[in-house]
Amino acid sequence: MLSHREIEQIEHELAIVPRRSGACIEALRAVQRHRGWISDEAVRDIARFLEMSPDEVDSVATFYNLIYRKPVGRHVILICNSVSCWIMGYEGIRKAIGEKLGIGLGETTKDGCFTLLPNPCLGTCDTAPALMIDEDLHRDLTPGKIDGILERYR
Amino acid sequence: MAIDRPLTERIRPGGEGAAIAAYEKAGGYEALRKALAGMTPQEVTKLVTESNLRGRGGAGFPTGPKWSFVPMGSDAPRPKYLVANADEMEPGTFKDRLLMEEDPHQLIEGMLLAAYAIKADVAYIFLRWEYRLAERRLHRAIAEAVEAGYLGRNILGSGWDLDMFVHISAGRYMCGEETGLLNALEGKRATPRAKPPFPQVSGLWGKPTIVQNVETLCNVPHIIARGAAWYRGLSRSEDSGTKLFGASGKVARPGLWELPMGTTIREILEEHAGGMRDGLRFRGLLPGGASTDFLVEEHLDVKMDFASIARAGSRLGTGTMIVLDDRTCPVGMVQNLEEFFAQESCGWCTPCREGLPWTARLLEAIEEGQGRPEDLERLSVHCKLLGPGNTFCALAPGAVEPLQSALKYFREDFEAHIRQNRCPRRSG
Ligand SMILES: Cc1cc2nc3c(=O)[nH]c(=O)nc-3n(C[C@H](O)[C@H](O)[C@H](O)COP(=O)(O)O)c2cc1C
Ligand code: SF4
Ligand code: FES
Repeated sequence: MLSHREIEQIEHELAIVPRRSGACIEALRAVQRHRGWISDEAVRDIARFLEMSPDEVDSVATFYNLIYRKPVGRHVILICNSVSCWIMGYEGIRKAIGEKLGIGLGETTKDGCFTLLPNPCLGTCDTAPALMIDEDLHRDLTPGKIDGILERYR
Repeated sequence: MAIDRPLTERIRPGGEGAAIAAYEKAGGYEALRKALAGMTPQEVTKLVTESNLRGRGGAGFPTGPKWSFVPMGSDAPRPKYLVANADEMEPGTFKDRLLMEEDPHQLIEGMLLAAYAIKADVAYIFLRWEYRLAERRLHRAIAEAVEAGYLGRNILGSGWDLDMFVHISAGRYMCGEETGLLNALEGKRATPRAKPPFPQVSGLWGKPTIVQNVETLCNVPHIIARGAAWYRGLSRSEDSGTKLFGASGKVARPGLWELPMGTTIREILEEHAGGMRDGLRFRGLLPGGASTDFLVEEHLDVKMDFASIARAGSRLGTGTMIVLDDRTCPVGMVQNLEEFFAQESCGWCTPCREGLPWTARLLEAIEEGQGRPEDLERLSVHCKLLGPGNTFCALAPGAVEPLQSALKYFREDFEAHIRQNRCPRRSG
């Protein structure tokens, strides 16, 4: 079942689209905001509400990399692995995070604190290498800065 | 005062993204007043056509002529839509971010003018999720513009209405492709649509729609305010206006600069980016993002404009260059690029869905020292199979541009990897 808050946020989008299925991405985002990720149950909830089949909703959910179909940690690290960051030392940043947290790309720490995901170019290539943690952008990274940055989210 | 960098003149270091009062004080919304008080939509389109403004999102299509395909008059289908493409996911590109974070009202005014030119009813900003600060500033700016009567019902007493919404994307490079973007706005997977019909006639929800890059739209208020001749005069070449040029990679001062269209690569690299970092040599660059062909030393005096870069064998693209130095492996760089394109393929058509992962794996094998001499021929064949005309959208042809040019300019690097069974730049 969708919660009142979830429905309220989806209704907001429904007001401006001519077809209920037009709110699918916004619905996925709204539910993910509340539940952290999109479970099979969430897919069914959204499908019922938007009068779509669960498969249709899932085909949209699995297309977009910022919709999570598996549980993620309390903080999501999006590390830029595109070309300018690669030139400027992406590998070293990824390794530093791996050493500190014991996780690789696509993995979550055992305590559920962090998930590490690769992300295409964050649009800040003149301050590469870069990553985001939740809504915060961190730029001009060096492996030495990683410890201090991660500590702030513990 | 002569204004030679209209797009960024209002931006101050550490500025908080010009609030509406500051924007108006610097002449903001004057172009909108001028258009609504004394110009027909057709006259706005005509002025933009005469200015010779071309799209800044990568393809360089002339902007005014694009608007002229939209059905006008009382029997035109409605609602009509105007969409600002703020997806900016082309690797190496970071220009629209600046325009939205530092001067959001300039974009809103540009959108208002473009929307007026096609008599749109609804406008969207299609923004990638990662641009959190831009989202906050755009929302604030839209609220200010509504409050001031520039958006909403009966704008400035003209009888024309426009609503503006921000759509936050859920990821994927294909959302920036204009018809993929329309599908994403309709809540679907961002696969492209067949053309024709073109979006100008049948776009969002089957209604006439214009999709325009953020930087393109930001030029419009200045053209309306100061005229086409002034705008053409800003440039040093046949393409008019200024352009946000950028440089990333191991240059001394990576950054973004608004310069006349037609500024040479050398001037951007040496005067603005400060040359290469100490001890490094220049080997080549992608002039306009990941999906453009490499240019090398012999091209340094080429002008950065659509025609000159095309004559040199590449594309102006987004105008933000990615620089390759002599200690970075060109094979590794191209592998990184092709892994990006393979991952971002939407899977709609077979050559791209199958061919790009194949290409990325061949490059990985070469970089890891497992390449064979015949692999280079295979890569060349793939460049043709994935080239223009063989795929549904421009993602795959864009993907082969850096690869085909790397095979030409850095051939000896590929051959050395295969001969030595390792990447010569990697120790151990
Ligand atoms: C795979 C792909 C991704 C694209 N991404 C963007 C983008 O993020 N921003 C953009 O303005 N144009 C992008 N484009 C180009 C658009 O399809 C379209 O040409 C452009 O938005 C038109 O606006 P303009 O004429 O003002 O440049 C992309 C094209 C392709 C093929
Ligand atoms: S070329 Fe690639 S991205 Fe474009 S439609 Fe085909 S599979 Fe999708
Ligand atoms: S390549 Fe990492 S921010 Fe652009």
